[in-house]
Amino acid sequence: MKIRLDHVVKTFETFRAVKDVSLEIESGELVALLGPSGSGKTTILRMVAGLEYSDGGQIYFGDQDATDIPVRDRGVGFVFQHYALFPHMTVAENIAFGMKVSKVKREKAAIEARVAELLRLVRLENLGGRFPAQISGGQRQRVALARALAVDPKVLLLDEPFGALDANVRRDLRRWLREIHSELGITTLFVTHDQEEALDLADRVVILKDGQIVQQGTPQEVCRDPKSAFVMKFLGDANVIAAEVRDGKAYASGATIAVSGLADGKAELYARPADLDWSLQGPGIPASITRVLDRPDGRRVLATVETGEHLEFDVEPERAVKAGDGGFVTLRRAKVFAIG
Amino acid sequence: MRRNVLPGLRLSLGVTLFYVGLIVVLPIAALVFKAASLGPEDYWRIVSSARALASYRVTVLAALGATLFNLFFGLALAWVLVRYRFPGWRLVDAMVDLPFALPTAVAGISLTALFTANGWFGSILADFGIKVAYTPLGIMIAMCFTSLPFIVRTVQPVLEDLDPALEEAAQSLGGSDFAIFRKVILPLLTPALLAGVSLSFARCLGEFGAIIFIAGNQPMSTEITALLIFIRLEEYDYPAAAAIASVLLITALVMLALTNWMQSRALRYTVRS
Repeated sequence: MKIRLDHVVKTFETFRAVKDVSLEIESGELVALLGPSGSGKTTILRMVAGLEYSDGGQIYFGDQDATDIPVRDRGVGFVFQHYALFPHMTVAENIAFGMKVSKVKREKAAIEARVAELLRLVRLENLGGRFPAQISGGQRQRVALARALAVDPKVLLLDEPFGALDANVRRDLRRWLREIHSELGITTLFVTHDQEEALDLADRVVILKDGQIVQQGTPQEVCRDPKSAFVMKFLGDANVIAAEVRDGKAYASGATIAVSGLADGKAELYARPADLDWSLQGPGIPASITRVLDRPDGRRVLATVETGEHLEFDVEPERAVKAGDGGFVTLRRAKVFAIG
Repeated sequence: MRRNVLPGLRLSLGVTLFYVGLIVVLPIAALVFKAASLGPEDYWRIVSSARALASYRVTVLAALGATLFNLFFGLALAWVLVRYRFPGWRLVDAMVDLPFALPTAVAGISLTALFTANGWFGSILADFGIKVAYTPLGIMIAMCFTSLPFIVRTVQPVLEDLDPALEEAAQSLGGSDFAIFRKVILPLLTPALLAGVSLSFARCLGEFGAIIFIAGNQPMSTEITALLIFIRLEEYDYPAAAAIASVLLITALVMLALTNWMQSRALRYTVRS
């Protein structure tokens, strides 16, 4: 089911949480709403679910205006950050809840068969009789997903689904959710503040800031072509170097890079740690190494430029560098954004 | 004893056990001892006399009625206090504790004044042919008044801590308001409701001050057990008073044990495997 948000606005007592957001999610797409806390991403998700009413604008499910349809009739599956499993019901009873309270009456045997099928889907066949307090966080979130899928929702909405889990479980569940999505093909919208999660999982990433969409696109598009300094910084570690643009070139202390479409004047040059390298000869930005951090996949070098700026970059594990070395930071690639 | 990091266990345990022994166990032991000074036949004759039986009946029935009423009304009151903020909310919240603070005799006299045939409520009810003062109904109303806070105050914090996401999840799964209340909220409140019910019922059984003014105290019809004990005491018949009191004690203990058992059953789901 295609979802369309048309100039949606939400104001809470003290501030405008969502300012005029328009967004289209194609049928079967898996879309991430990514943004820092307070960017309005959860509010948007809750409005799509019907857990929050919008103060302006329309939300369409397919061609139907769903703006005023209450949550219980909207046909969405919602997965909460802290699972929101019913603690007094077993795993199987949790999953069956939606089918039992539904206006559509189902045979008891049909419900049981569907519960068994969902337990298989989320790989929890043997835990149907446990209570939520008796299973792990990752298992709880899988139960929550099974419970949401049990009512055959047109749309699946997940609010920071893996936020409360530790890193390894999170990575596993991510891959697994992607598999389930390919299997079921259900239109899915999820909220996260973890850029890695959004990029790993989503077909398309929508980046939000202060209640507005600042950029959207495939993970490749937003990573390779961030449209603003905010997106650049938010998507990952970035070094910031003061620069000046003159005649289509950006000059930063000792490094020059060609830019297009920028007016002359002060600018900032953004480079990922992997975009920089270390060399003993110039040309480059003269710097001295202050610390070397060894990591499983390489060495992270912290260096200080003469002007006092700090830079971070990665070199291969074999490279002999140590604190106190002097040399030059060279630029493989960078993004330049005008200041202001 | 297992070694404990926190200091002061022995001292605090000693002091509290001594206190509990002095204030709770000793008087009860004295009561049992006094009642036991009767032979089994005398004991049975006293506790099963027609007048005593009539007093048990009216006390227990009125206590059950009052507790049942408070179960519904107390739940509704707790619900309103937790879910809504309205002008005067703070006042209503404070009023709930009034039955605790007010001397029960004062409550009894006020209720009697209201419900006698020419009182504000009594005169209106009399038009419908309902008599409250000096009937078992009056006893029940006095019990309702004094035991109301128990249910409200046990349910209120649990209701406040209920995760709103549970109701939202149930809504998103298509549950109607009634289905959500019955299948999600009520089961989660059950342990607190049971705790409130057992406290409320125990209080009703033992209530004295608020009731004797409104009850009329006619032996065989509106004489409560607590009053019968008091009468026996005034007659210096201590063993008989203790014997009848022991029946109240046993009833209260059985009720507490029963609700505790039901509570632990209702809380099975919190036990980790």
